[in-house]
Amino acid sequence: MSADQSPKIVIVDESPIRAAILQEGLREAGYTGVVHISEMQSLLTRIYALDPDVILIDLENPSRDVLEQMFQVSRAVRRPIAMFVDQSDAASIQASVDAGVSAYIVDGLKKERIKPILDLCVSRFNAFAKLQDELARTRSALEERKVIDRAKGILMKMKGLTEDEAYVLLRSTAMREKKRIGEIAQSIITASEMLK
Amino acid sequence: MSTALHIGFIPLVDAAALIVAVDKGFAAAEGLDVTLAREVSWSNVRDKLNIGLFDAAHLLTPVAIASSLGVAHVKVPILAPFNLALNGNAITVSSALHAAIMGEIDGDRFDPLATARALARVVAARRRSGQEPLTFAMTFPFSTHNYQLRFWMAAGGVDPDEDVRLVVLPPPYMVDSLVSGHVDGFCVGAPWNSVAVDRGVGHILHFVSDILVRAAEKVLAVRQTWAEKNPDTLAALVRATQRAADFIEHADNRDEVVGLLAQPERVGVDADLIRRTLEGRLKVSSDGTVRASGNYLLLGRERATRPDPAQAAWLYAQMVRWGQAPLSGEALKTAMSVFRPDLYDGALKTSIQPRPSGAISAFAGPDFDPDDVAGYLAAFKVSPRAP
Repeated sequence: MSADQSPKIVIVDESPIRAAILQEGLREAGYTGVVHISEMQSLLTRIYALDPDVILIDLENPSRDVLEQMFQVSRAVRRPIAMFVDQSDAASIQASVDAGVSAYIVDGLKKERIKPILDLCVSRFNAFAKLQDELARTRSALEERKVIDRAKGILMKMKGLTEDEAYVLLRSTAMREKKRIGEIAQSIITASEMLK
Repeated sequence: MSTALHIGFIPLVDAAALIVAVDKGFAAAEGLDVTLAREVSWSNVRDKLNIGLFDAAHLLTPVAIASSLGVAHVKVPILAPFNLALNGNAITVSSALHAAIMGEIDGDRFDPLATARALARVVAARRRSGQEPLTFAMTFPFSTHNYQLRFWMAAGGVDPDEDVRLVVLPPPYMVDSLVSGHVDGFCVGAPWNSVAVDRGVGHILHFVSDILVRAAEKVLAVRQTWAEKNPDTLAALVRATQRAADFIEHADNRDEVVGLLAQPERVGVDADLIRRTLEGRLKVSSDGTVRASGNYLLLGRERATRPDPAQAAWLYAQMVRWGQAPLSGEALKTAMSVFRPDLYDGALKTSIQPRPSGAISAFAGPDFDPDDVAGYLAAFKVSPRAP
């Protein structure tokens, strides 16, 4: 796709990381004219100035309602022909709603040209959600590591154990009680704080 | 066995009947297992209702009409068998604009005609001195807020499309925009007007009941196709929300209702603000002036919950007046048939009641007659725009 044929796409998103992921995906697919708006004040003024063909917005963004004003007759810079996705394409609407992303088509862009943009955003949006899940899991794993280290320290000090012995004690207790090591470690910390 | 329902709502006090129906167990007593989904925009509520992710929704009445007409969006016929609220909005202006209007006012400050004429003089003075036009915010293009704001200023001779700027803003952003000077005033529902007053940045100029005695603000909306397939479920839902509306209006239940609505996953704002809203006693100025009105917000009393097709006709007439919809007898019929008092009566086993007197009485303009929308529109000074 050559640059002059590439539709101008605006991404309205307060999350800079997610917007970057969408932007990168769109660029890789040959959509070169992609602009990110993160500032919600005077959103409409900026959109009119950029004059995009397609606007993508996160469904969790309350400013979605601001965009509806473009479809007002009285003050529209120009009359939009279609929005969201075409009424007949229920599966596409469903997919974009499920993924938390919706598309506004500002001028009469052909449906076959908007479909790949939307599909790409849906998959990127899901990828971002997965990434966040993984981040949350990594973060809790890190937290657990810290808790286990503190519990080991308490056992080493109170029972005169080496680090390896403290860990073996934690692990065997966890197995016996059918609990995770992190849970046993947390109860040691709680108990030691109460006994201080 | 209970029927599972997904119902969308926006965290506003006028979603009270739905929230209480679910959280107080009235829906469960009707055999309904309702999951309420808190949404962030009216566009989301509309789209999720339209494509079937929601079975029913708390919806701006004009959105239900616009969706049935297919104006500005896809056409999906929507029915409203129940009013969730009449009125409840207010017009709030910045301290600076309030002072300017009070400086120009000739008459009572609670008289909307007096304030609208004063606004016209403020607008003219600003134009003469080369200042930027005033900016007013409302919540959605198809909203009572939009039409109430326009109706008010037009009565004073201000053309809302030429003399001022009208912008859409999500309610949670209203107060901040007033502080930053992005807007000079707004029309919004509870609790946001009170929030502006409490923060000392705005004055409540009018309750919308000053402009129109009864306006159909929010409805319980369902898709026509869904209603046709699930008549018994819909009737059960109407009974549960009616029971909730009656419960809410009973003063003895006030503490419990306020407690339910204040929950973070429901309306999630300060309990005292919710109480003032339900009581219709609002602090209108940061100097402590309180104004009370029995018409501020009607949730269950005065037969507020029974849909009145004349109300839908009035809203359709405003859409035509401001160029959002074309004028046709067929469109008028479609708009009026969104409101279904027959479904309401069937569910509650009530008989047809006459329309309460003064149903469509506005502070200015010609008398409204649903049978002569063209004549009504032609009688306005600030006239209809070409669609």
